[in-house]
Amino acid sequence: MKLEELRYGTELIKRGFAKMQKGGVIMDVTNPEQAEIAESAGAVAVMALHAVPADIRAAGGVARMADPQTILEIMDAVSIPVMAKVRIGHFVEAEILEALGVDMIDESEVLTPADEQFHIDKKRFKVPFVCGARDLGEALRRIDEGAAMIRTKGEAGTGDVKEAVRHMRLIQSAIRELKGKTEEELKLVARKIEAPFELVKETSELGRLPVVNFAAGGIATPADAALMMRLGADGVFVGSGIFKSEQPEKMASAIVEAVNNYENPEALAEISKGLGSPMKGIDARTLSEEEALQSRGW
Amino acid sequence: MLIGVLAVQGDVSEHVDALKRVCDRVEVVLVRKRGIIPECDGIVIPGGESTTFCRLLEKESIWDEIVEAVKRGVPVLATCAGLILLSKEVIDSAPGQRTLGVLNVKVRRNAFGRQRESFEAMVNVKDIGEYRGVFIRAPVVEEVENGVDVISKLGDKIVGVRQNNIIGFAFHPELTDDTRIHSLFLDLVRAVEGRMMGSSSPQISNSPSS
Repeated sequence: MKLEELRYGTELIKRGFAKMQKGGVIMDVTNPEQAEIAESAGAVAVMALHAVPADIRAAGGVARMADPQTILEIMDAVSIPVMAKVRIGHFVEAEILEALGVDMIDESEVLTPADEQFHIDKKRFKVPFVCGARDLGEALRRIDEGAAMIRTKGEAGTGDVKEAVRHMRLIQSAIRELKGKTEEELKLVARKIEAPFELVKETSELGRLPVVNFAAGGIATPADAALMMRLGADGVFVGSGIFKSEQPEKMASAIVEAVNNYENPEALAEISKGLGSPMKGIDARTLSEEEALQSRGW
Repeated sequence: MLIGVLAVQGDVSEHVDALKRVCDRVEVVLVRKRGIIPECDGIVIPGGESTTFCRLLEKESIWDEIVEAVKRGVPVLATCAGLILLSKEVIDSAPGQRTLGVLNVKVRRNAFGRQRESFEAMVNVKDIGEYRGVFIRAPVVEEVENGVDVISKLGDKIVGVRQNNIIGFAFHPELTDDTRIHSLFLDLVRAVEGRMMGSSSPQISNSPSS
């Protein structure tokens, strides 16, 4: 590399961006006013959407990438990074978001998948991607395709944290099980979980995923956010949990503070006081197979 | 030697790993609350989101402890958002964003643009030489006052400065395997510690000794 030769969109630059988000809260917003609330509450980034997952779920129909106009208005309103979602496999929506200058793209199961066979080839993009995963195999397949960040899928738009907990625990325990395994044994694991051997080996050596791992899908209170951090998340996404709560400003600040104080129950008690009602939510177990968003993607 | 890494948010573990790679005996403590900074011989402020840093530092009242430590001459290594946090003036700051104001420079946030415009490039660092700079939505220093040395440049842009015992970079040395910058920082901490040990006076000086 020559002096003053600039290299854009390298793996280091993409994964590095994700690392800067660690210990932070990324909030779903649908307009510039909400984005400003998120920024002043201390969000590390916002996710620009046409509707929060709870409303997407309620509305039904096909959910697609947000209107570029809305995304641009949100980008103009705040100085923190702006992310946006594309449908699984919809590489043209992703190219549009890259052209807009979005800072990170979420290839998300919250939107209706556009391809039932292939996820996006994320390596050919300069902009980093985040993808959802329910277990280690799924996480490593996404990383193999070029994801710079993984998040649990959880069950978006429910306000029920149990699926995010399940996914985070599954990923962490699968990583722990890799410890001390020989190369042959890791090859066996790679075949079983349908993930590339090199990534299984790297995960085993690191004792963690090779990229940043956030929690998402059902986080609705400061305690939920702290729970996910305690289970090993590097940070959290909060979707409907903020702007479907009774007092979004208070809830937004409280969740940011909770992620910062996740190991301190006294501080969490103080932070959780008088926040009004969190989002009402739905028990994720009452959802049918068709209603569950987490089974989109593989 | 105790190094405090500000851990309110950002790429904290990368700095910890870099320090440990330089010297595995160095003791590192994560700073999330008040009361730890006064014990530290050196402070690292990582990369992350500067608006989030400001919000949480005010809340946890770590703010004045860092300012006080800088005044005592405790060495500080700040990268990217850390550089912004220390600066006296920020162009393009978020509404209500305050800074510690101890480093006499004017910085511009997101000076190269959005993530799409983030890049790697070789830069020159004083006393080190060529170094791979990782610039992520990086700031640049637009103006320096007297007493601030420019120690790294990318073309005509200032991307590294030093003022007494504060070293600040717009890029992220903690994201590469090259530990020369962290090594330089630990040398500085040792030198300052040596000077304090060496002084026969039992009182700790209130002013930076250099």
